[in-house]
Amino acid sequence: MQERVKSPKFDVVGTRPVRPDGADKVTGRAKYGADHSVAGQLVGKVLRSPHAHARIKSIDISAAMALPGVKSVITRDDFEDQAPEFVPAGEMLVNYRDVIRNVMAREKALFEGHPVAAVAATSESIARAALKLIKVDYEILPHVIDVIDAMKPDAPIVEDGMITAGVTPPPTKPSNVAKRVEFSLGDVEKGFKEADFIVEREFNTQAVHQGYIEPHACIATVSEDGTADLWTTTQGHWIVRAHCARLLGWDMTKLRVISSEIGGGFGGKTVVYLEPIALALSAKTHRPVKMVMSREEVFKASGPTSGANVWVKMGVKKDGTITAGEAVLKYQAGCFQGSPVQPGCMCAFAPYDLANVKVVGYDVLSNRPKVAAYRAPGGPISEYAVESVVDEIAEKLGMCPIELRLKNAAKEGTKAAYGPKFGPVGLVECLEAAKASPHWNAPLGKNQGRGIAAGFWFNIGGETTVNLQLNEDGTLTLMAGTPDIGGLRASLAMMAAEELKIPYEKVRPIIADTASLGYNFVTGGSRSTFSSGMATVEAARSIIKQACGRAAKLWEIPEDAVTWEGGEIRPAGDNAGKFQPMTLADVAKVAGKTGGSIVGVGAISAQGAAPSFGVHIADTEVDPDTGKLTITRYTVIQDAGVAIHPSYVEGQFQGGAAQGIGWALNEEYIYGSDGRLQNAGFLDYRIPVASDLPMIETIIVEVPNPRHPYGVRGIGETSIVPPMAAINAAAYGATRVRMSDLPLSPPRVLKAMKEARKSAA
Amino acid sequence: MKHHVTTTVNGDEVEFLCETDQTVLDCLRNELELTGTKEGCGSGDCGACSILLDGRLVCSCLVLGVEASGKTIETIEGMAKGDTLHPLQRKFLEHAALQCGICTPGVLVAAKSLLERNPDPTETEVRYWLAGNLCRCTGYDKIIRAVMDAAAEMRGA
Repeated sequence: MQERVKSPKFDVVGTRPVRPDGADKVTGRAKYGADHSVAGQLVGKVLRSPHAHARIKSIDISAAMALPGVKSVITRDDFEDQAPEFVPAGEMLVNYRDVIRNVMAREKALFEGHPVAAVAATSESIARAALKLIKVDYEILPHVIDVIDAMKPDAPIVEDGMITAGVTPPPTKPSNVAKRVEFSLGDVEKGFKEADFIVEREFNTQAVHQGYIEPHACIATVSEDGTADLWTTTQGHWIVRAHCARLLGWDMTKLRVISSEIGGGFGGKTVVYLEPIALALSAKTHRPVKMVMSREEVFKASGPTSGANVWVKMGVKKDGTITAGEAVLKYQAGCFQGSPVQPGCMCAFAPYDLANVKVVGYDVLSNRPKVAAYRAPGGPISEYAVESVVDEIAEKLGMCPIELRLKNAAKEGTKAAYGPKFGPVGLVECLEAAKASPHWNAPLGKNQGRGIAAGFWFNIGGETTVNLQLNEDGTLTLMAGTPDIGGLRASLAMMAAEELKIPYEKVRPIIADTASLGYNFVTGGSRSTFSSGMATVEAARSIIKQACGRAAKLWEIPEDAVTWEGGEIRPAGDNAGKFQPMTLADVAKVAGKTGGSIVGVGAISAQGAAPSFGVHIADTEVDPDTGKLTITRYTVIQDAGVAIHPSYVEGQFQGGAAQGIGWALNEEYIYGSDGRLQNAGFLDYRIPVASDLPMIETIIVEVPNPRHPYGVRGIGETSIVPPMAAINAAAYGATRVRMSDLPLSPPRVLKAMKEARKSAA
Repeated sequence: MKHHVTTTVNGDEVEFLCETDQTVLDCLRNELELTGTKEGCGSGDCGACSILLDGRLVCSCLVLGVEASGKTIETIEGMAKGDTLHPLQRKFLEHAALQCGICTPGVLVAAKSLLERNPDPTETEVRYWLAGNLCRCTGYDKIIRAVMDAAAEMRGA
């Protein structure tokens, strides 16, 4: 459908204009999830389980209902149960048996913070008072938090009767292991025999939260005739519509979902939490119901990503050829199945061209909130472990870690262990750029170390719709349906302007609601610029075709006697020069007389998504007295295909790196022995602040994706993959201790240094 | 019983009624419909609700509405003058210093307060002044550059 990029030089693509939604976002005018209000709205609040694991024997709502100002109280009894099967929801397969239980606990509360009931009341204080009047009779059950503990034969069972899938013959006893997956290529035993030496190591990572600054928020308005509007902060409003319609048993057309501006998501806003509850409360009261999570609720009851235990074994020849790679990944799923262990397995060894690979993954339940997607879900964990082993191999070989990676790097034609052969990919180019970078060649100071790591992540396409309307004055309105989470509107307007040869400012992009535009899958999988960009180009080309047709009609010549050149419609062939060329604005003026409004639609299932490789260089300095690691210099090098708006590409590189730095150094879910989260706030769950970080240098490598009209590959996620291993390697350089547990927080680093000193002495 | 509070917001005298436990943030957003000031945590840890109260940078989630009585409040909504964005706002756009934009109002208010005190801050001074304003999208790089650039422009450098 799309031709290969011939030249990377464009008029608009590759420049850095101000984003179309910019003024609203620097003046406070932009409306995020909690910024909208509707006359007559009620306040919705959720009662949450204080226990990590408890059977819910009964719920008495009578006292709460009797409180003046309380309009409705709902519990598990207000939601139909759903069958335990994976069914399509948009482009995803979803087990609604689990989704409904995640929204509202049924038989058991499965984690501290699990919703048990919800109220709608005329004020915040009445709603809060009502929560206290709901009496829940719990039978407290033994709980399990740690992934290794959860896999033990005598562990408390989170989901009664769960039998591990993917094992033949199936186990006879229930366990917390939902699923076993395996990806293999060649013969690892043979590969290990060919090796001159083997490095084997076990790693542990902790659950970390996406940490979006905007808490989940929504307003539901359900009318007496069953039509409903839902305003919510989400990465995908069509998915929200699909989930809510299914859970409530409504026709999709009854429910219009409007996506607010979104204050960060990173994967975590692809899930419904409050939305079905707000809709159910509004359906009962026929009043608008507004719900906003507190930060504590966000931490306790919205998805972090998995903590994990990872074992890696790699064999290598003296010349640096890696002969085999094997890994076992045990990922926390939270209280329902569905950890990102599968993508974790798929990308564990993806940066390397290996003949022999075996990766086994386990999806393990425990009494934690169900994990949600977090930027490159699964990848950072497995690649942290593999890249840390690669660094150790380089040291043992006495080889530069860049050279070792170059020797084994995946390139065009490499068959990945998870199946496909790579098209053009930019890992080698990134490694070469790293080698030539000022950072890699700069001297280090005392107590400092430098590390490097590579990272890989996928890109997805999928169902996407964009509408372009040619307005009467020749300007355009662009309607997209992938929420703009960090500059998408700018990129789409740029691609439209490039195609139509009009100024960027003449295109106004908006994010349309589910009733105004065809289906759009979520902003996720690094797909929004890729897929909505492709649909934008399709819509723009449709505008051109229609405009050419209108000109031909005016000139009374055949349509094929008209060409589009240099932003003008010109008569061609025998008719060349016979008529005055027309611009889009000229055609727009006469649209009414030549057939009516001109609307271009790009309704596609985007194909040809291309993955992005990146390489990060980190310098750390250790304080030998406290074990505190400081990042002193950081560089991100990543293949963007073609950077549509380089500033926002750099922003994705820098933002992912900063999240990875937090993951590496500070962030972790800390549980008490009571199964309760001990750090459910930004004071104790410490994400990087401005004074923690240096400038984050960026190098954009451009190996165009031949299957996108502008060469785009998805770039949003890869940048969170390499930081943990790069920092781990840098920490080794600074401390001379190989560490294998995250985060590398001061107490952990200090302890490792002390132990190393003790064993050396 | 609700309290009657009179205060000055962005140069305009305003009145509102509030409960004793309502914060200034609550009052701005829910009583005065000034939703540019955001709530990210409600505990003074994220800075999204930064405002100036009698010229002092505070987290509006940590101040009660009744405490604002007779005081002067400046919020993000008062930063641009007429058609003209504040240099910080303009530089944030030019440098692409925002992605999702939820932290941006708080960061801008905090940065403005810094430049009023210190028109020529070092990178380290900017980083420490803004250490109370969490941003999860940008890694701070472009924010710091935008503030430094705005400071330079405002100094006429």
